[in-house]
Amino acid sequence: MAIENLKCKECGATYDLGAHFACEHCFGPLEVAYDYSGFDPAETKRKIQAGSQGIWRYADFLPFEGRPGDPLEPGLTPLLRADRLADRLGVEAEIWIKNDAANPTHSFKDRVVAVAVAKAQELGFETVACASTGNLANAVAAHAAAAGLESYVFVPANLEEQKLLATGVYGTNLVGVRGNYDDVNRLCTQLAETRPWAFVNVNLRPYYAEGSKTLAYETAEQLGWELPDRVVCPIASGSLFTKVGRGFQEWLDIGLLEGAQPVFNGAQAEGCSPVATAFAEGWDVCKPQRPDTIAKSLAIGDPADGPYAVEHARRTEGGIDSVTDAEIRDAIQLLAETTGIFTETAGGVTVGVLKKLAERGEIAAGERVVVYITGEGLKTLDATRDRFRMHEIDPDLDSFESEFTQEVSV
Amino acid sequence: MPVTVKIPTQLRAATGGEAELEVSGSTVGEVLDAVFEAHGGLRERITQDGDLRRFVNVYVSGEDIRFQQGLETQIDDGAEVTILPAVAGG
Repeated sequence: MAIENLKCKECGATYDLGAHFACEHCFGPLEVAYDYSGFDPAETKRKIQAGSQGIWRYADFLPFEGRPGDPLEPGLTPLLRADRLADRLGVEAEIWIKNDAANPTHSFKDRVVAVAVAKAQELGFETVACASTGNLANAVAAHAAAAGLESYVFVPANLEEQKLLATGVYGTNLVGVRGNYDDVNRLCTQLAETRPWAFVNVNLRPYYAEGSKTLAYETAEQLGWELPDRVVCPIASGSLFTKVGRGFQEWLDIGLLEGAQPVFNGAQAEGCSPVATAFAEGWDVCKPQRPDTIAKSLAIGDPADGPYAVEHARRTEGGIDSVTDAEIRDAIQLLAETTGIFTETAGGVTVGVLKKLAERGEIAAGERVVVYITGEGLKTLDATRDRFRMHEIDPDLDSFESEFTQEVSV
Repeated sequence: MPVTVKIPTQLRAATGGEAELEVSGSTVGEVLDAVFEAHGGLRERITQDGDLRRFVNVYVSGEDIRFQQGLETQIDDGAEVTILPAVAGG
């Protein structure tokens, strides 16, 4: 398999494999095109199984001329059966949690950044940069440090402290912009025109986005080379959602998998739900919103791939729902109590939508559902504050007994 | 009134390489018409059936016109209009 060129998703115009991201004819997004001819599924399967214990085992499906490398290789995160969660939701389905917090910087962003940083090196860049809602900032700073590249990370200045601290520690140039994510994104789009930098999610975005396909590949491989019936996946820009779909489709097209695309359910926070709104209204564009939600990692009011996410949800007969901040907090706790996995607010959004689907009776008995948990709870600790009481006692038996009298009496 | 329009890299082949244009107009729509007058090739690249294409963002002094009055957004004297691709981020 070889990468061919960059191709506009809107008008089909093609471009060389450089640092381009928008079509000169219609401004549509560019996507990497591959040549799948002469592909042998059995041989590829063996090659993947003999590959590295991370995303580079799927290197044949990633946008490189040579073999990519990254000392902080992400991927092969756990896929866990969550029967107790299914019980609590009252569904007789198989619920699986893909815990992508188990990556080097504790979010799925390690996948896209590993691909973008390796591509930046292949293209000869010495500095990488990004516009981030936090998780991407952590990942860019870390992977740049590991690769020995300089980095500039742009975030909204009011981001969660945990995400700022977990970025600055890597020695990056951390820039807090007084504005929301969409302001940061606009600024970075302008900077990408004048700075000789690889902005992973601007001028390198076509390559970067390909990294999300590895979540689909891993899911299928971990399910024994089978597809799930349904996936529940968060939506910020819509890139992850659509690329997971593309990953499944590529393996269907080349014969590595049999069956059909899973039903795709997208998850947004009510306080930033331009894609859910476009889905509900039947629009083919997303009307931008000013985000106001605790799910800051999903707080993109002007989502670049929103229209494609809407199309993919429709095509797979799925949907896109949104949940309130209170529902997000409840869902974080529900996941933690039933699976031992502590997720950040984005995971609360995803599990919150799973709960809605269960309540509406949309999850059939025997269905196999994969839920994408994309980030770590320790990064958004405020979401769990004041939800439980700590028992404080003196260091003696009486103090313990009096605190727990009722609980231990028989 | 004079308005500066910033042209992104992707469109500069249609402006002879120019990154900034000086035109006049009192709304975004009028400003864009003046831009198309000067560089005819730009019209079909950023508009379709009279509306902006879905991956084109236009800002007046840093503010997305979709949060204002769209193509009817008024332009103050000396304001800056920026055209950018909407396909970044996330």
